[in-house]
Amino acid sequence: MLTRLANPTRFVRLADRLLPWLIGAMAIAFVVGLVWGLGFAPPDYQQGDTVRIMYVHVPAAWLAMFGYSFMAVASFVALVWKHPLADVAAKAAAPIGAGFCLVALVTGSLWGAPMWGTWWVWDARLTSMLVLFFLYVGYIALWSAIDEPERAAKAAAILALVGAVNVPIVKFSVDWWSTLHQPSSIMRMDGPSVDPTILWPLLINALAFQLYFVVVLLWRMKAELITRRVRALTLGLAAREA
Amino acid sequence: MDKIADFLAMGGYAAFVWPSFALTFLVVIVLGVTSRRALKQAQARLDLLEQSRPARRPRAGQGRAA
Repeated sequence: MLTRLANPTRFVRLADRLLPWLIGAMAIAFVVGLVWGLGFAPPDYQQGDTVRIMYVHVPAAWLAMFGYSFMAVASFVALVWKHPLADVAAKAAAPIGAGFCLVALVTGSLWGAPMWGTWWVWDARLTSMLVLFFLYVGYIALWSAIDEPERAAKAAAILALVGAVNVPIVKFSVDWWSTLHQPSSIMRMDGPSVDPTILWPLLINALAFQLYFVVVLLWRMKAELITRRVRALTLGLAAREA
Repeated sequence: MDKIADFLAMGGYAAFVWPSFALTFLVVIVLGVTSRRALKQAQARLDLLEQSRPARRPRAGQGRAA
């Protein structure tokens, strides 16, 4: 599968065939998730309607962590096996992950203000999430700081891999250190501890965010492949004229 | 009418709930639109280059922007 997809033409053809379905499913999931979460899911008996922030905060935070993990795996594949699409995928994922990391941070702050009585605390979960955001920004900056794509890809991949150590720290920070942030209530060994009336709209929103990630990732990967082809063609033309 | 006002009030937490959804919406739109625009622009540049050189068999990245 991965070897077959190493051919960019084949990859673009597959992406073009998948994209309309992905976009359709994403639109449905977004509408259902939003209407359910905002309109029909019950308010929390302690937190009232602020609990609705969860329907964007939690999927955004999951996606921020998933995006970085994806980037790290793709970077590893790029460094070790030199798969021609791996560094394209890693580069394309970074701005999406960074965007959702920012959403998770700001919506967390907007949730924390009324419920914890503070916009921000320097505790393990919040700080490691902020570090994740800076890692994303550093990764994007590194790509744009080096002109030559091959060298930029290598440097960025190493940064992505070193930074990957932060992902489990984000995930387990709520278990390892005392924090204001609540511990995991969905991804637990003994199953979710959340009522189905809240769990379902949350999962549908998470699905919508995930589909969005794939759609935008495919767009960005296609754009990157085309840009590289333009670069190759331009260099070829210049070489011929010289 | 009251129902709509109640909904918008979000149990008194409107100032926290709505900005959260607005920011999420904004990031989703901006990321989507800029990514799509970059794809279209790259495609247009490639098309222009392809026109100025002799036709060859289709190669990487020539799929239409979907």
